[in-house]
Amino acid sequence: MLEVTNLSCARGEHPLFADLSFTLSAGELLQVQGENGSGKTTLLRTLCGFMQPLAGEIRWQGQSVRELDEAYHADLVYLGHMNAIKDELTALENLRISSALAGCAVSDNVAVAALRRMGLRGRETFPVKVLSQGQRRRVALARLLISKAPMWILDEPLTALDVGAVGLMQELIGEHLGNRGMVIFTTHQALEVSGVETRRLRLS
Amino acid sequence: MNKLSLLDLVNLVIRRDLTLAMRRRADVLTTLIFFVLVVSLFPLAVGSELDMLRKMAPGVVWVAALLASMLSLGRMFSADYLDGTLEQMLLVPQSLSMLVLSKIIAHWMLSGLPLVLIAPVLGLQFDMSGEALLVLVAALLLGTPVLSMIGAFGAALTLGLRGGGVLVSLLVLPLCIPVLIFGAGAVTAVTSGMSAASNLSLLGAFLLMSLLFTPWVAAQALRISME
Repeated sequence: MLEVTNLSCARGEHPLFADLSFTLSAGELLQVQGENGSGKTTLLRTLCGFMQPLAGEIRWQGQSVRELDEAYHADLVYLGHMNAIKDELTALENLRISSALAGCAVSDNVAVAALRRMGLRGRETFPVKVLSQGQRRRVALARLLISKAPMWILDEPLTALDVGAVGLMQELIGEHLGNRGMVIFTTHQALEVSGVETRRLRLS
Repeated sequence: MNKLSLLDLVNLVIRRDLTLAMRRRADVLTTLIFFVLVVSLFPLAVGSELDMLRKMAPGVVWVAALLASMLSLGRMFSADYLDGTLEQMLLVPQSLSMLVLSKIIAHWMLSGLPLVLIAPVLGLQFDMSGEALLVLVAALLLGTPVLSMIGAFGAALTLGLRGGGVLVSLLVLPLCIPVLIFGAGAVTAVTSGMSAASNLSLLGAFLLMSLLFTPWVAAQALRISME
């Protein structure tokens, strides 16, 4: 369970939000909403521990994430604005390396299966630099299929994805929530997961 | 819950960085070619007075090695920073210091080790004796990893800054001067008939000290730069 109490964040001198409190338990889906510049990405990056909040506390399974540090990272998948994939490597190599670094080493077969499910059949051994933006996003998203971490933090996961891939993402999030995972995401597109109520957090 | 052992992490990061470098060989060759060119130009410019060449050889090789290592520093973290992989590395469920150390080792294998290997060939242009060449290689072997480690700290601190390239040189060069002095000193000692042991021991001490502290310092610097 993730508990956030009285969180305040600023970007440089500019305060973004203050006294933000919420909790998220297993099987819950939270959408962070707000205009451009309202601090959605800052909130997600703070939850990952990249940035320190001005005030307030973030607790994971009852313990402060500052103390947990690496143990918290092991329970977390973060997908940012950037895809975090290497142009020089193939889709398969990218997926295998990023998964192994996240502590989830997999065989070629498992990685190929994940890429195929993401609609990249036949592109597994292409260098990523020849793929389109949407296909690169799919390579990055394939990490979610392999990871066993309960907490997904997704910053604009639907950027550059076509309708089919958005449907696939809804399916993946649904499966993850069904396995008692939790998801926090931001998006400007519509993302509804059937059978799950989306909680909404509005930053202003 | 995901798990990753320390050894796996080191192995994985080094293999990844070496694979990436092999796909983009020009970057690795730039450092090496720069080193070879700078060292080779001196005998041509100075003339063929053997006494003078022998005397200046250690200094020239070490200055060129120092500048070549500065040239390669920009590559250590910036590519990973720009495509977002560095963010993912901060989330690796293992010690960030060890990850930084692995990246330093990979960086040294690509930018330091080639210099060490080619140095004896370049030393011949300066009419260095066999013994002097041996000490030169030993000193470079001890000294170039220190340059990579100090450089990692500077590169981490200036990550994402405009004009970071100049800044990192200003930051790192003064810290590298002791390595330069004792590295060149070791070869000079041997050519003037003394033992190089004291110089080499000091270089070894630098190596151990920086092995102990720089990965941790660079990891903290990375955390600050990523905010």
